[in-house]
Amino acid sequence: MKFTSDDSLDKFAESLESLKKKGISRRDFMKFCTAMAAILSLPASFIPRIAEAVATKKPYLVWLEFQDCAGDTESALRASKPTFAQIVLDVFSLEYHETIMAPSGKSAEKSLQDVVKNQKGNYFAIIEGAIPMKDNGVYCCVGGRSALDIAREVCGNALATIAVGSCATWGGIASAKPNPTGAVSVEKAVPGITVVNLPGCPMNVENLTATIVHYLTFGSLPNMDSHNRPLFAHGKRIHDNCERRSHFDAGQFVRQWGDEGHRKGWCLYEMGCKGPEAFFNCPSVKYNEGTSWPVQGGHGCIACAADHNWDLMTPFYRRLPVVPGFGVESTADKIGAGLAAATAAGILIHGVGRLISPKKKEEGGE
Amino acid sequence: MRAVENALGITIPDNARIIRNLISGIQYVQDHVVHFYHLHALDWVDIVSTLKADPSKTSSLAQSISDWQKSSTSYFKGVQDKLKAFVDRGQLGPFSNAYWGHPAYKLPPEANLMAVAHYLEALDWQRDVIKIQALLGAKNPHAQTYIVGGMSIPVDPDSQNALNAGSIAFMNGLAQKAKDFVEKVYIPDILAIAPFYLDWAGYGAGVGNFLSYGQFPHDTVSNTDNLYLPRGIILNKNLSKVHPVDHQKITEHVTHSWYEYSDGNDKAKHPWDGETNYKYTGPKPPYEFLDTDEKYSWIKAPRYDNKSMEVGPLARMLVAYASGHKRVQEVVNSVLKKLGVGPAALFSTLGRIAARGIETLVIAEQIPVWIDQLARNMDKGDLKIHYGEKWDPSEWPSEAQGYGFYEAPRGSLGHWVKIKNQKIQNYQCVVPGTWNGSPRDAQGQRGPYEEALIGTPVANPEQPIEILRTVHSFDPCMACAVHVIDIHGTEVTRIKVV
Repeated sequence: MKFTSDDSLDKFAESLESLKKKGISRRDFMKFCTAMAAILSLPASFIPRIAEAVATKKPYLVWLEFQDCAGDTESALRASKPTFAQIVLDVFSLEYHETIMAPSGKSAEKSLQDVVKNQKGNYFAIIEGAIPMKDNGVYCCVGGRSALDIAREVCGNALATIAVGSCATWGGIASAKPNPTGAVSVEKAVPGITVVNLPGCPMNVENLTATIVHYLTFGSLPNMDSHNRPLFAHGKRIHDNCERRSHFDAGQFVRQWGDEGHRKGWCLYEMGCKGPEAFFNCPSVKYNEGTSWPVQGGHGCIACAADHNWDLMTPFYRRLPVVPGFGVESTADKIGAGLAAATAAGILIHGVGRLISPKKKEEGGE
Repeated sequence: MRAVENALGITIPDNARIIRNLISGIQYVQDHVVHFYHLHALDWVDIVSTLKADPSKTSSLAQSISDWQKSSTSYFKGVQDKLKAFVDRGQLGPFSNAYWGHPAYKLPPEANLMAVAHYLEALDWQRDVIKIQALLGAKNPHAQTYIVGGMSIPVDPDSQNALNAGSIAFMNGLAQKAKDFVEKVYIPDILAIAPFYLDWAGYGAGVGNFLSYGQFPHDTVSNTDNLYLPRGIILNKNLSKVHPVDHQKITEHVTHSWYEYSDGNDKAKHPWDGETNYKYTGPKPPYEFLDTDEKYSWIKAPRYDNKSMEVGPLARMLVAYASGHKRVQEVVNSVLKKLGVGPAALFSTLGRIAARGIETLVIAEQIPVWIDQLARNMDKGDLKIHYGEKWDPSEWPSEAQGYGFYEAPRGSLGHWVKIKNQKIQNYQCVVPGTWNGSPRDAQGQRGPYEEALIGTPVANPEQPIEILRTVHSFDPCMACAVHVIDIHGTEVTRIKVV
């Protein structure tokens, strides 16, 4: 539904009326829409549009788990904007989720089939976990069907697929060398579908709700980088947005867990932080409603949202330049206040290389 | 973590011990409540029947069992209206296609309404209280501050970038909120619902052997006498004797699992010598059945001294009870008294649910104690969070081996590691789901899930809710398949227990 700024307030008021019937207070709803606009980096004038979209549509959702640990499901339970109770009862219609749903077995399968058949092309599929390709997919079967078989049907008929967590977005730990089951991401397993990737271990649920609201608000998926990750969540490097960045620039580094610099919140680069190679909005959104995030907890970033971090970003506790495959900065041993700028420039070059690659997407590769 | 620390002879600093206890403790409390309300309650609570409830009677019921504030008629009326509006919109979401109206649902509509109101409250509550873990672990789930030798979260009352007095206050507030809900909602709900289902104190017993590695060290992990929840084994439901745990007696079988051992599939291996050579021999998907006479599971079959063991809250509470743990005995006895049953009732589906609630209360009471310990250390100027002498692998011996015991919310978790030339030579995890969900072993002994289902009555084979009740009572970590087959071998229905 399109509307101009003139009638937006009327529509907004209408939507609030309908909300009352659903038991959501005006205040809670405003808080939600305002926060959503902030996460999406939208001006306040967009708040009524978000409100309208959320208040009038109740899109169908199915959530499938494959090679996963339910960490992203747990993350979903921590949702606050809206809360999980609001998601389940008011905002979306979550038709299938093995961990949460009441029915089991054939009844559960019926719930899934009802959506796939009756809402064809009209529902979101959320996928958690990697998909094993080796040996006919025997390494992950649900109800006797392989994950691959199920994903082809469910994602193939969906309006869009949202891959949540690192396993679904690039294979995650299941795909770490030697990848015994041939685990791959959803977009590799089911090529050609529309996918939004929300990596992270776990994904940050704020980014999931923001993605869906973005679609409801604008009728399109958010702009994405070459890895199909929304720019609002993955457009900036952790290092550039980090609360400890000034200590990096000043050459103030933690050298031992619990030393004075560690207690004072100095830079974790020397302890192996992968923030300079990770694109994620952890520093601004944080986890658990802004409670903390790894760097705030005194631990380096492990680049959980970066492709194949288990293979490419390890050892996690060795500082970046000597991580195999990244000879970015050979003078890190001498790093100090004077050399910090050079280091930052070196890292930036690598980052630019990644940012200018979205064209690859159109060529069908990644 | 504990396995590597054990192999390298590392003792973690006291602050790290306390922080780990807190991360684990709040996880118990949050996880058990989520299990009860969101993963298990709807096996016992008919959500559709709530629409027929009289909110004023629900209010009277709620006020008769607890002084929890949210108990007025208008509050329950509001919840009911919300549910009505939800049903009227015609999209039942996760509640579609369940067994609503099944005769096995015994609660009156008023009690169902109370339980569903608490289902919704618990969803909000769990998001908040787990922030203790998010603070100490940097995020939840998947805490990231664990490091070999201690924790990465700094402690310093004079810094804004470390745990300080503000953090203590933050945690204390959440700990109070956690305990309040457990005392005033969760436990009273169990006590209110259980009398309608007392026959379930007679079903779902399982193997009758229980294992607990013990959890929550008062000082160092290696001091097994000083764990808040004790280590031990109960055999054949005999609560008069607690046997010690010897990790050398733990083995894993692969007779019915899709793995091969280099020296024969009927041998059992200790985890230090464990092998994970997978070889799938089941049917090509899609398939309807697995042949349970052959290999039929990805789960190995762990055994203790060749016995099948149940792990989890029931095992921990029985070991604590039989070991003379004062607080556990008090709470267990009071619950048994209120329900008018003896200790034998604990060996059942209902006992498993009660034990999970009892453990939640006991741990929720302990969390403020650990927060206080951390505050006292800060006050003394003890800011140490990490033992760093073995941080660099060049400080390690050329060969080392170790094991680590941990009690996850759903049961005993053991890791075994062999290290050679600074690298992992072998690493084996024996996790709670493999103890409880194990297939049969070389001797044909069943695991706890399988054993617990024997003798369970099923009123309507098309809707085997009774099977769900028992399997869900273990808090399974995965989907597993149970096929209901009539005496002629025709499949009546298949339920994937999720």
